[in-house]
Amino acid sequence: MREQDPRLRLSVNGNVTIIELLDRKILDGVNILQIGEQLSALVAQANAPKFVLDFTNVAHLSSSTLGVLITLSKRVREKAGQLRLCGIQPAILEIFVITRLNEIFQICSSREEAVKSFV
Amino acid sequence: MAKMVRTVTDYASARIVQRELLEQARQRGYSEETAFAIRLAFEEATNNAIRHGNAMDPAKGVRIEYEVTARRTTISVADEGRGFDPDGLPDPTCDENLEKPGGRGVMLMRAYMDKVTFNRRGNRVSMVKHNRP
Repeated sequence: MREQDPRLRLSVNGNVTIIELLDRKILDGVNILQIGEQLSALVAQANAPKFVLDFTNVAHLSSSTLGVLITLSKRVREKAGQLRLCGIQPAILEIFVITRLNEIFQICSSREEAVKSFV
Repeated sequence: MAKMVRTVTDYASARIVQRELLEQARQRGYSEETAFAIRLAFEEATNNAIRHGNAMDPAKGVRIEYEVTARRTTISVADEGRGFDPDGLPDPTCDENLEKPGGRGVMLMRAYMDKVTFNRRGNRVSMVKHNRP
């Protein structure tokens, strides 16, 4: 079986892991499944993780993507961790507002602001 | 432009139709914002049809009909499933449902398109988006 393409790029800033989503469109079952698996693996390895999920590259997503994010958020919380989202383009942010998910997630305007926001 | 009819069986073939539709919208001068709405609604409708309606069965088809004019885009997506009651869906924006991972597709279609209707059986959705300059 072919190995999965990387869907995420990781970098570390102090004790914060920045997870950059590489896909421009996170829409259908295949890449959402892979992103979900790769995020789950990151959470599984972590203890009290501080994660920033950077959406700068993402121009389109679907309700399935929102489901993956909610699951990620729960898993991070179960590990006593914290999650921030950043770099969300205005059109995508509107989807969060319409679905009220902007009330569930801590959304920061930039990666720097997200890193600084951890207590 | 006449109405286009396509039958797809999986996500990849649905994306091909999506690109074709969006190219027509681009040629007719639709704004980025309107194209974004159409893409999202098309995505939700076809994902639902393939995953929930046809239960990922590659032997079952999803029939897509669309027409893009300078004034509006109409899309219908029909699957071979048993259908569902779109009015019986829980409101995903209620506090108790906010952290549930699913159940937002139909809501997003309704939020982004000007008109969304289902047939009685609930296995075909029809949507309209007006082109506003």
